[in-house]
Amino acid sequence: MSIWEYANPKKFMQTSAWALPWVMGLAVLSLVAGLIWGFFFTPDDFRQGSTVKIIYLHVPAAMMAINAWVMMLVTSLIWLVRRHHVSALAAKAAAPVGLTFTVIALVTGALWGQPMWGTWWAWDPRLTSFLILTLFYMGYIALWEAIENPDTAADLTAVLCLVGSVFALLSRYAVLFWNQGLHQGASLSLDKEENVADVFWFPLLVCIGGFVLLFVALVLMRTRTEIRARRLQALLARERLA
Amino acid sequence: MMPDLGKYAFEVLSSYAASLLLLALIVGLTVWQGRRVKRRLAEVEARTEAMSGGRADG
Amino acid sequence: MGALLSRDLRLAMRAGGGFGLGLAFFLLLAVLVPLGVGPEGGVLGKIAPGILWVGALLSCLLSLDRIFALDFEDGSLDLLATSPMPLEAVVAVKALAHWLVTGLPLTAVAPVLGVLLNLPVEGYGWLVLSLLLGTPALSVIGAFGAALVVGVKRGGLLLSLLVLPLYVPTLIFGAEVVKRGAAGLEVVVPLLLLAGITLGAAALLPFAAAAAIRVNLR
Repeated sequence: MSIWEYANPKKFMQTSAWALPWVMGLAVLSLVAGLIWGFFFTPDDFRQGSTVKIIYLHVPAAMMAINAWVMMLVTSLIWLVRRHHVSALAAKAAAPVGLTFTVIALVTGALWGQPMWGTWWAWDPRLTSFLILTLFYMGYIALWEAIENPDTAADLTAVLCLVGSVFALLSRYAVLFWNQGLHQGASLSLDKEENVADVFWFPLLVCIGGFVLLFVALVLMRTRTEIRARRLQALLARERLA
Repeated sequence: MMPDLGKYAFEVLSSYAASLLLLALIVGLTVWQGRRVKRRLAEVEARTEAMSGGRADG
Repeated sequence: MGALLSRDLRLAMRAGGGFGLGLAFFLLLAVLVPLGVGPEGGVLGKIAPGILWVGALLSCLLSLDRIFALDFEDGSLDLLATSPMPLEAVVAVKALAHWLVTGLPLTAVAPVLGVLLNLPVEGYGWLVLSLLLGTPALSVIGAFGAALVVGVKRGGLLLSLLVLPLYVPTLIFGAEVVKRGAAGLEVVVPLLLLAGITLGAAALLPFAAAAAIRVNLR
């Protein structure tokens, strides 16, 4: 029993069919619980007022936006090294989900920035990095869409993902160099555990769990769709030949 | 029931609205694509099986 | 190698090869920006480093799809791939040829456009130096992007979507050098980082680009 068993599409379809309802159910459960807890039952922060409630969406979305890219990087590497189709398709499946999370992080960040910094948009290093990440996601998705042969597309997007990761990291540091940022002082730095009071931290934890599960569920669903689409193409091609 | 959001009500509510809308969008898109591909695959599989006279291949 | 370089250069110089296109675009941009922004020297001088760098970036982009597309269409890329010269070297030579016909002329005319944009006197040296160090990275990264989309018909728009995000670090450090130089601040750190990106890109990206071409020729 090893993880590579799931590289077999049939095995993957079986296992994911069994796991999907559970993951989806848990995702919905924890998202609903976490967001309701965060929205209705947490006090206002003494400095940020009620805008502190935005972190229950902003922080998990931002975390998963980056983690989705990391997952695409890992699955792309597995595809390049071991040529498992499921891996390449999982990378393809994750990209639109990651893009959605990135946009959520940007939108909630802008809405939070308006009252806190007095502007919808600041060329703050973090915001700028996320904007650049959006561009990388769009380029990656566009390359998948543009190439017809599925194996060629998988190879080229995997190479793009590797090179893009390096340049995304470089951009992150370049942006830091370019503008040291407005803020991110300790009291506002939300992703440092010790700076967030317990009363905000626990619902946030539930929301993060919910976003992780939702991501897994969506990627499973989309990968299943991609595997079916691949089989559909193969059958249609065989029909044309016959 | 509704908590008092004070002067930031617009920002908080629109954050939740926008995020939930985007999440609903990606979930809806995923489900819709999944159903469509599943249906088409079922059609084509049924057709090929009928054509090959019930012979199980592939 | 030398033969390939001179062949690519001759092809680029030929009518319709796109040699003057990038330069003309660069010039146009430097004329259009003041028309849009207004003639105040102070404002123009302040944004000149950024405009010139963005202009260099976009001018480079214009001719990227020519790096491999024509050779791919007429089959000479297949010949190059099967020749004894490693494909990585082919990519490097083609990127060099692209730089010689775009990056180098852009660097040469940039000071003239700096005058149009009221660039402060202290900035000229740094402008030329930063473009000299930074534009090779633009050509190499562009060659990688062109290698990715070489099999895509009408891939020009896709190419810019893929390549422009990769240009971000070069743009930031390059413009930073000129901005700091024009303001009389120290420029060594961004200059070194800019050179580092160029060297790193030139050392590693030909391998990625060659891999992409092999996939596309499969």
